[in-house]
Amino acid sequence: MMKSKPDEEDYWNSSKFKAFTFDDEDDEFSRLKESKQAVNSIRRLVEEDDDEDDVEKVSWSGEPVGSISWSVRETAASNQRTDREPAFPKINADTPTFMCSHTSSVSAGKTKTGSFQFSDSLSDSSVRLYAPELRKPKSEYKDYVSDWSPEETVHRMQQGKAVSLEKFRSLQDKLLLLDFSISAHDGNVITAVTLFTITFTVLFRELESRQTALRHFIHYLTETRDQRLLLELLRALGRTEDIALLQYKEHLSIADENKRRDFLKSCLSLPFSPEDSAHVQDHYTLLERQIIIEATDRQAERGGKVEIFQKFPRRASILNMPLITTLYYCCFYHYTESEGTYSSPLNVRQTFRISEKQFFVTALAARAKLKAWVDVDALFTSRNWLGFTRKKSPLGFHRVVDILQKNSAPTQVLQEYVGLVDDAELRISLAQKHKCHDIIINTYRDLKDRQQLLGYRGKVERGSVEERKINELHVFVLSRDESAEQLAADNQTARGHRLMMCETGVSFYL
Amino acid sequence: MAHSARRDSPELPDFSLLKRLARDQLIYLLEQLPGKKDLFIEADLMSPLDRIANVSTLKQHEVDKLYKVEYKPVISTSDQLCFLIRPRIQTVKWICDVVNADKAAGKFRRYKLIFTPQKFYACEAVLEEQGIFGDVTTDEWAFYLLPLDDDIISLELPEFFRDNFLAGDQRWVRTAGSTLHLLHSIYGPFSKIYGIGRCSKMAYESWREQVEEGETKARQAEIGNVFLIDRDVDFVTPLCSQVVYEGLVDDIFRIKCGCVEFGPDVTSSDKSMKVMLNSQDKVFNEIRNEHFSNVFGFLSQKARNLQTAYDKRRGMDIKQMKTFVSEELKGLKQEHRLLSLHIGASESIMKKKTKQDFQELLKTEHSLLEGFEIRECISFIEEHINRQVSMIESLRLLCLLSITENGLLPKDYRSLKAQYLQSYGVDHLLTFANLRQLGLLVEQQPGETLTVMESKVGKLVNDKTAGKLTDAFSSLAKKSNFRALSKKLNLVPKSDEEYDLRVPRDMAYIFSGAYIPLSCKLIEQVLERDGWTGLEEVTRLLNGHEFAVTGSTAGSSGADSRAKNDAQRIVLVMFLGGCTFSEISALRFLGRERGYKFIVVTTAITNSSRLIEALLDNHV
Repeated sequence: MMKSKPDEEDYWNSSKFKAFTFDDEDDEFSRLKESKQAVNSIRRLVEEDDDEDDVEKVSWSGEPVGSISWSVRETAASNQRTDREPAFPKINADTPTFMCSHTSSVSAGKTKTGSFQFSDSLSDSSVRLYAPELRKPKSEYKDYVSDWSPEETVHRMQQGKAVSLEKFRSLQDKLLLLDFSISAHDGNVITAVTLFTITFTVLFRELESRQTALRHFIHYLTETRDQRLLLELLRALGRTEDIALLQYKEHLSIADENKRRDFLKSCLSLPFSPEDSAHVQDHYTLLERQIIIEATDRQAERGGKVEIFQKFPRRASILNMPLITTLYYCCFYHYTESEGTYSSPLNVRQTFRISEKQFFVTALAARAKLKAWVDVDALFTSRNWLGFTRKKSPLGFHRVVDILQKNSAPTQVLQEYVGLVDDAELRISLAQKHKCHDIIINTYRDLKDRQQLLGYRGKVERGSVEERKINELHVFVLSRDESAEQLAADNQTARGHRLMMCETGVSFYL
Repeated sequence: MAHSARRDSPELPDFSLLKRLARDQLIYLLEQLPGKKDLFIEADLMSPLDRIANVSTLKQHEVDKLYKVEYKPVISTSDQLCFLIRPRIQTVKWICDVVNADKAAGKFRRYKLIFTPQKFYACEAVLEEQGIFGDVTTDEWAFYLLPLDDDIISLELPEFFRDNFLAGDQRWVRTAGSTLHLLHSIYGPFSKIYGIGRCSKMAYESWREQVEEGETKARQAEIGNVFLIDRDVDFVTPLCSQVVYEGLVDDIFRIKCGCVEFGPDVTSSDKSMKVMLNSQDKVFNEIRNEHFSNVFGFLSQKARNLQTAYDKRRGMDIKQMKTFVSEELKGLKQEHRLLSLHIGASESIMKKKTKQDFQELLKTEHSLLEGFEIRECISFIEEHINRQVSMIESLRLLCLLSITENGLLPKDYRSLKAQYLQSYGVDHLLTFANLRQLGLLVEQQPGETLTVMESKVGKLVNDKTAGKLTDAFSSLAKKSNFRALSKKLNLVPKSDEEYDLRVPRDMAYIFSGAYIPLSCKLIEQVLERDGWTGLEEVTRLLNGHEFAVTGSTAGSSGADSRAKNDAQRIVLVMFLGGCTFSEISALRFLGRERGYKFIVVTTAITNSSRLIEALLDNHV
């Protein structure tokens, strides 16, 4: 599969490697780029066979820097810049941080972050790599480096042309360059210049007064996952909450649950806001418990002696699940446990200050899933006091019905709760949905809505208990014709719901 | 149903040229690495690549095997590897690993990295840091624009949103400028450019500079006007549930690069099917902009017509039958196929939506938009969270609540956040931090109820809350002022009026008549006024950054005035940070009403889920 030898050599000899100079776009492809301006003529670009002279400077892909084609392009570009009148006006893009380079070092020095020195971390080799220019012998430049102003330099960088940043040696020059890059709004260049500037001298506090550059630098560090430098930077800026969150985030990459728990424990001392601090504490406590519960339950499941694990084998481990999922799990497998155990739902509720409503919803869903209708019933009746037996719920009964129905409760169970829905209209529509005939009939009776009642007779089964019930309620015996009329009228109303009507329409026609 | 276009509506420019251009450039780049080579393609570049080239194009240029970039060790045996990638540090790092592994194994290969649409210095810094800078060649493939349809062009850069608005990284500004430049050089010269938003302003500047650098040929303009808009000007619209057919399909099935995969429940067979959704699909084209409630009626009418057409063959003689088969049958069959597909999709949508109480969800959204019965909305959201219904949906509703109410009361914020973390995991602390930074989900600052004073001064909320150090530092967030904007621009029609969705009277129809999308309303107003005059209050509430500029070249070409007039009615709207199908539908409606033709250029198609997902941080 290897290339033939001559080919190989040809390739490797043609380029002289240079370090990072921001100029390697100055190759064959940039020709393509420029020709793009004449996009209408989409001709395949034929590679010009440039002079094979022994030019000293070649860009690393082989094109001689300073060749004719190179310089022609350069001059063309610079001419256009000066000669032509702008076709569109410049608008005043905001540059809030621009040109504050001369004052910033003074004002920023007042903050306590000023004490931080970037050189602290300069010993680290990974940091030095951001300064590619540093390692290049100076002599390499002299042939082609023109004396670009900071503005021109930024401009050329935007176009992907060769530049050298080495001449920007004084702090002021660097900051000027940085400010020009910021005012050019090109994030690509801002990041490049920031990386260049930060490597040498610039203290973090210089960035502090240049929020745009700072954001680019932070994003770069985030993307390269240079956690250490990022933390250092945030510390220098006094952004304590960000530090806490950033460190907390690391737990996501720890797979082992015990290590993760220990890590979370170490997070407790991080400078979170008081509110978040409580959440992180909960996170730690939760995982700690999950580890205990998981160990016990896995054993119980393997032992094969606990009925519930045999009947409903666990689908997944409970580790790292959210609190509510854990509560659901506990309501499912450990419902009757006394408050003293870690896995007792009541204990979980207490420890994590779970609201009554939340607890209710979760327990309801879990017990319904198990079809433990007695437990479900108890959830409501346990709430009565002073001897009232009426069912009470912190959740609207229509929601209760919804939860039960999603857990495939049988009609007679659903019926009980549909009947408790306060709003008559809502009750009827739910009853219709779940085919609770009794409730519908009773509601119509209570509403004294004869028309609806008779209409409903057409919907129940012939000769069923329901039909009989309607008939009994109905004092007047109607002729079949009239009843059919009623039926038609009723169907009309039922189809009032546009979508429903369309649905039947569709399945009917194809 | 399918609204007939205004007679004098101008023709859209032909954008297939963009595809040809991208393809030719890619071929050129592949030829830069002569000989057989294996090509590794970044996962999310595969679909865009599919739209402009196919495997045989690649094979013709000596691409041997194709791989997806999966951040795993490479198994290729080829001695030339070419990587077609986005300029992402993670990808470049992976390539560095590949190269270094080869080096360690003493394996020699050539490597070529093709970045698209451009490369970043930061990527090169990584190459250098990892010590492989000289070992690879790099190139750029200027594949900026992918036409998804006659009037939709996408940059296919979903990360634009997070990079620009959350991280505050302006790396894509130049890309946006170059995109405009490309369109300008092919379909321009533009005569008028309007815009609003920080990024829009910068993109305009970048484009203007590029125009000055290059040469402009005098040519007949095909696109006269341009409107640039930042996504953060209007977060409300993309956070709403979509109810127009194309938007619904996107919300439920996720349209990817103009293509959707319908599962067995839609195809009513045992396999899934990938379907292109664009104006070529005659059935889809007629329903895509319709409110969902009209779709069933339309489809059943269509089905009836189809039946009649089929029935015609009864009682035909042989000759008639022959013509029927050769002329009509194929079309009918095609229509039948499309029709049953969209009927299947509609039924599946109905099923899914009834299951999740869509009606109630919509009611809550509408109340939030209207600022009505907010307590009920909060308890609805709370129950949503308590029951662990979709994690994304809950967050979407919270954001919608925050942004329409200018932040939550501290008490509500704390309680809802705590319940959210309990239901979906404490990891979401990081997500909440992101949402706060972006201003999508925030706590009302104490004393902020006195916003009248504050808005009189016209200060950004950031300046005021500088007491909270972290906020002031990093946040690009701005106050939404939705309620005031809604009043000023009449975004929410009075709820007691009947709204006939079959005969839409304004763009509000895309949200069942409950809300006119802010983004589209701005566009309408600015075009109508030919600038921002009279909208000073509105732009102030939107935190400014508006502009309207006229090119000096406008009117210079004395060519055929009808053509010129046509170009003036072609409006290119560029969304920086993504736009939704609902917004596109609204603009199409506006175009029909006012005799414009809109071309939507977007960094990516978005919807509420994509928007929220881009801000999640509960994973590594």
